[in-house]
Amino acid sequence: MPATLDYILHLADNALILGQRNAEWCGHGPVLEQDIAISNISLDLIGQARSFYQYAAEIKGGDATEDTLAYLRHEREFRNILLVEQPKGDWAYTTLRQFFFSTFQLLLFQRLITHPDERIAAIAEKSIKEVNYHVRWSSEWVVRLGDGTEESRARLQQAVDDSWPFVNELFQVENFEIESAVQVNELQKVWTEKIQACFTEAGMEIPETAGARSGGKKGIHSEHLGYILAEMQYLQRSYPGCEW
Amino acid sequence: MSVHDLEKHFQDKIDQETKIEPLDWMPEAYRKTNIRQISQHAHSEIVGMLPEGNWISRAPSLKRKAILLAKVQDEAGHGLYLYSACETLGITREETINDLHSGRAKYSSIFNYPTLTWADIGAVGWLVDGAAIMNQVMLTRTSYGPYARAMVRICKEESFHQRQGFESLLVLSKGSPEQKAMCQDAINRWWWPALMMFGPRDTESTNSDQSMKWKIKRKTNDELRQQFVDMCVEQVKLLGMTLPDPHLKWNTDRNHYDFGEIDWNEFWQVVKGNGPCNKERLQARKQAWEEGAWVREAAAAHATKKQKRAAAYAA
Repeated sequence: MPATLDYILHLADNALILGQRNAEWCGHGPVLEQDIAISNISLDLIGQARSFYQYAAEIKGGDATEDTLAYLRHEREFRNILLVEQPKGDWAYTTLRQFFFSTFQLLLFQRLITHPDERIAAIAEKSIKEVNYHVRWSSEWVVRLGDGTEESRARLQQAVDDSWPFVNELFQVENFEIESAVQVNELQKVWTEKIQACFTEAGMEIPETAGARSGGKKGIHSEHLGYILAEMQYLQRSYPGCEW
Repeated sequence: MSVHDLEKHFQDKIDQETKIEPLDWMPEAYRKTNIRQISQHAHSEIVGMLPEGNWISRAPSLKRKAILLAKVQDEAGHGLYLYSACETLGITREETINDLHSGRAKYSSIFNYPTLTWADIGAVGWLVDGAAIMNQVMLTRTSYGPYARAMVRICKEESFHQRQGFESLLVLSKGSPEQKAMCQDAINRWWWPALMMFGPRDTESTNSDQSMKWKIKRKTNDELRQQFVDMCVEQVKLLGMTLPDPHLKWNTDRNHYDFGEIDWNEFWQVVKGNGPCNKERLQARKQAWEEGAWVREAAAAHATKKQKRAAAYAA
């Protein structure tokens, strides 16, 4: 059974919005090598988003293209989770969020490679190598910051406190996911174990309370998304119908 | 060998086109000139990320966004090669960066101009990277080995960027009336600053003579500028746009295009720090460095702890 349009858009939106956020570091990273690394991750995510949007455009048909889907949909139509649209914060927030997201994405893609929809399976397969690197890179930063100095540890703790409320949404099954071959709620246990293993090495603890924030998958976003889209979509909206 | 003999031996090597390598004897002034030039070049790559980075979040299509992000990331990579080449002359990356932040070291003035519209990204690729390549192709044959080798890699990527920039302008030049106007406006604003990138006229350039003798430079500022003008006059025709200089005219005697006078007052104003974005650019770099301090400290602290734990485990 082919994947539904909403499901593909959800996968695409997650990747695009986090790619857009991470790109904010380009030229402003803490050290040149890491500036390159985070831009690279951003590029990978934008690449994944393009693959998903291109497929979604084929399914939608008509005049739809990767760009009409990314640039001409409104806030309420985006299906990304809230975690990816939160501001980039400091280096601790950015790397921790990446670790949470990439660990989830890896588990998801490892299952999507057997999805009956071959296009979805192929995109997942192609992306897994990249996501493996994202997990390794971000988990190394979590350990480094947790183990590093008093300040880095305090900042990482703040990042845990700030991002944790958004984590639960990763595993909440939305309508468009019910018919998908992968049930995200089944990933939560393994995900938590992976986070725990890294946190143990970093000397951090997983908060006891579950996160309460959700709504992104339904198109009920935080206020941040509107600004991301206003900036990202401005040229396409100012000069409709142009080639770039 | 006496200093005189060492100097003669050094100049002989240069005259015979043998590259100077990090462990070779070199005159202190040669070392200093290379440090100044390579670090200035590295800083230009890094500061140059800012005006282009300014449009990543607003790039008009996903393809353009990916191309621009990859391009700006390449600039960071160029900065890395160049800081490494500079380190072979006995100065650390941190010292070099401190010199940028204190204002002691310069970077290319072109990056003190703002990128105001999307067309500026194309114009920067075509004109700014185009002008930089003129200089960089020459530098692939510069006498200091590590610098020459870094330039070979950089040139390949830069010429790719230049083509991408031109292609992006080509799309605009075939687009709507607004896009065409945007394209012409960007060319108008970037043309003269691009010509200024080659530096003062040969008669005014203080560093040129010795650098030519040592083959750090192999062509003069005016020679490179002329080469650039001749190339652009032809390329702009493909865009159906014009260059903002009423004095551009083919000169059959010289076999080159004549062109108008650069506004040298503007040139020196920007060099002295009074350009449109000097303060913002330096401020952005300093801020990134200062806000990253805790990250670098944490990484160093973790590396030390890890090493100690490994040593304790081994013992």
